[in-house]
Amino acid sequence: MTAILVDTLTKRFGDFTAVDGISFEIPEGEIFGLLGPNGAGKTTAISMLSTLLEPTSGRALLNGIDIIKDQDGVRKEIGIVFQDQSLDEELTAWENMDFHGRLYRIPKAIREEQIDEMLRLVELEDRKDSLVKTYSGGMRRRLEIARGLLHEPSILFLDEPTLGLDPQTRNHLWEYIQSLNRRKGITIILTTHYMDEADRLCDRVAIIDRGRIVAMDTPGNLKSQVGEDVVSITSPDAARIADRIRAPWILGAEQYDGQVIIRLRSAEDHLLELLSLIGGDGHTIASISIRKPTLEDVFLHYTGREMRHEEAGATDRMRMMMPRRS
Amino acid sequence: MDIIYTLWLRSIKRYVRSKSRIAGSLGMPVFFLLALGFGLNAVVEIPGSTGENYLQFLVPGIIAMAVLFTSVFSGIMIIWDKQFGFLKETLVAPVSRLEIMLGQTVGGATTAVIQGAFILVLSLLIGISIPSISGFLIAFLFMTLIGICFAALGIAIASRMEDMHGFQLIMNFVIFPIFGLSGALFPIESLPGWIIPLTLLNPLTHGVEGIRYGLLGTSAIHPLVCLAVLGVSTMVMIVIGAFLFRKASV
Repeated sequence: MTAILVDTLTKRFGDFTAVDGISFEIPEGEIFGLLGPNGAGKTTAISMLSTLLEPTSGRALLNGIDIIKDQDGVRKEIGIVFQDQSLDEELTAWENMDFHGRLYRIPKAIREEQIDEMLRLVELEDRKDSLVKTYSGGMRRRLEIARGLLHEPSILFLDEPTLGLDPQTRNHLWEYIQSLNRRKGITIILTTHYMDEADRLCDRVAIIDRGRIVAMDTPGNLKSQVGEDVVSITSPDAARIADRIRAPWILGAEQYDGQVIIRLRSAEDHLLELLSLIGGDGHTIASISIRKPTLEDVFLHYTGREMRHEEAGATDRMRMMMPRRS
Repeated sequence: MDIIYTLWLRSIKRYVRSKSRIAGSLGMPVFFLLALGFGLNAVVEIPGSTGENYLQFLVPGIIAMAVLFTSVFSGIMIIWDKQFGFLKETLVAPVSRLEIMLGQTVGGATTAVIQGAFILVLSLLIGISIPSISGFLIAFLFMTLIGICFAALGIAIASRMEDMHGFQLIMNFVIFPIFGLSGALFPIESLPGWIIPLTLLNPLTHGVEGIRYGLLGTSAIHPLVCLAVLGVSTMVMIVIGAFLFRKASV
């Protein structure tokens, strides 16, 4: 069954088109990723689907409910974790949850049971009576996810769920998101500009750039469309190998951290040739691996531009510290 | 109803926890009461007074002041909710904006009446005679109406503001004029004739006179007129507040 149907959804702010006629369909139980750089229109798309923003044109159905005609109907179906924090810091975790449960009119007995269960799920039950302002970034994120799930939505929106979190916490959250999806069968639509996040979590990914979807498929298919393999070699002579290696089927080679990354066509056919090239020059090899390109390469392929985490790093930290003006 | 209660509950919890806010917003009324009350008590004689001294005359005005400032401020507090993202959490829930607005209003009014009650208790301690029970109830009725009226005004203002930058502007050009032209500090008859119609249009004037009637048994305007004008003003303010809040975006 289709959980989300989006049909040429468009949002313009004056002359600027933030989302430009995107269309996609998400089956129930899928984890769907909107991947793109900051300002690509991901959050605008999520805001429209969650009824916070009215589309300029186009339409969308969530579980068959129209986002324009029946806003309250849609709101009952969805849970959302916003990009920017949306907790009340002066309340405790439990009180934040309780407030949410009351807003969604969950009867008291069920509400209290659910709150305890969700807090246990995100491992915050020990700290449930502490004010949220004493929480770390990762704890706040987990609490927001727990809150978004409290009213048992069938569709969960996660807008940049791991923005500004440390790698350990990110890994932890990824595991939560995956187990939620598996155990409860919740359809999840998440936005991210982290390649590894989209790659690891999503069943399907739509790459979005300047308001348009430029490619959409499973992460595996997207990467194979780029049609390249990558061989990475660890060697004490990494720098010299990268400088010297030449062959018609080698597209390029870079080295960093004692590794050579060689991009080439059909690595399987040329592996032996490659090894003998390196061995012939008298270099030693500590280890070798063949891998498919990453989504980073896919983005580059479709847009002709790079999209690296570093570009966003500093501004993200600023965003986390400053309240957003919309 | 349960949604309004939910938002009210949040306001009360936040209020009880913010000791500095409680103390901070009591500071100015207490200062006014003590400085003006004791300072001017001996020098000022109320024209046409029926025996009360200036301190007695001042107390209802200062109670109204505490309620006014707290309620407007609590309404404007939704700008913080906007900036810290919490408003989105409420707006994305399947509840109507009217319920959210009413909940905020009632919550703000409650905290404002509590602040007013602090001043009332304080004035009893510094020697204001205790009125009858019915007098107390009348005073609280008017305090409540002032609270609702101006909490709704605060929400109306906040719905049109992007951030707290305009706060000083609102204080200087909206709140202080409302307070100054309300007969809280002096009898309205002693103002120049051309200003008097302005003060009679000011809802707070009727609130102050209503509280004065409850606590002192005497007022410049008939208490039923006060009740009618303040009641209608409150309704109008709720409608304006609800309308503007409905249009507000996050």
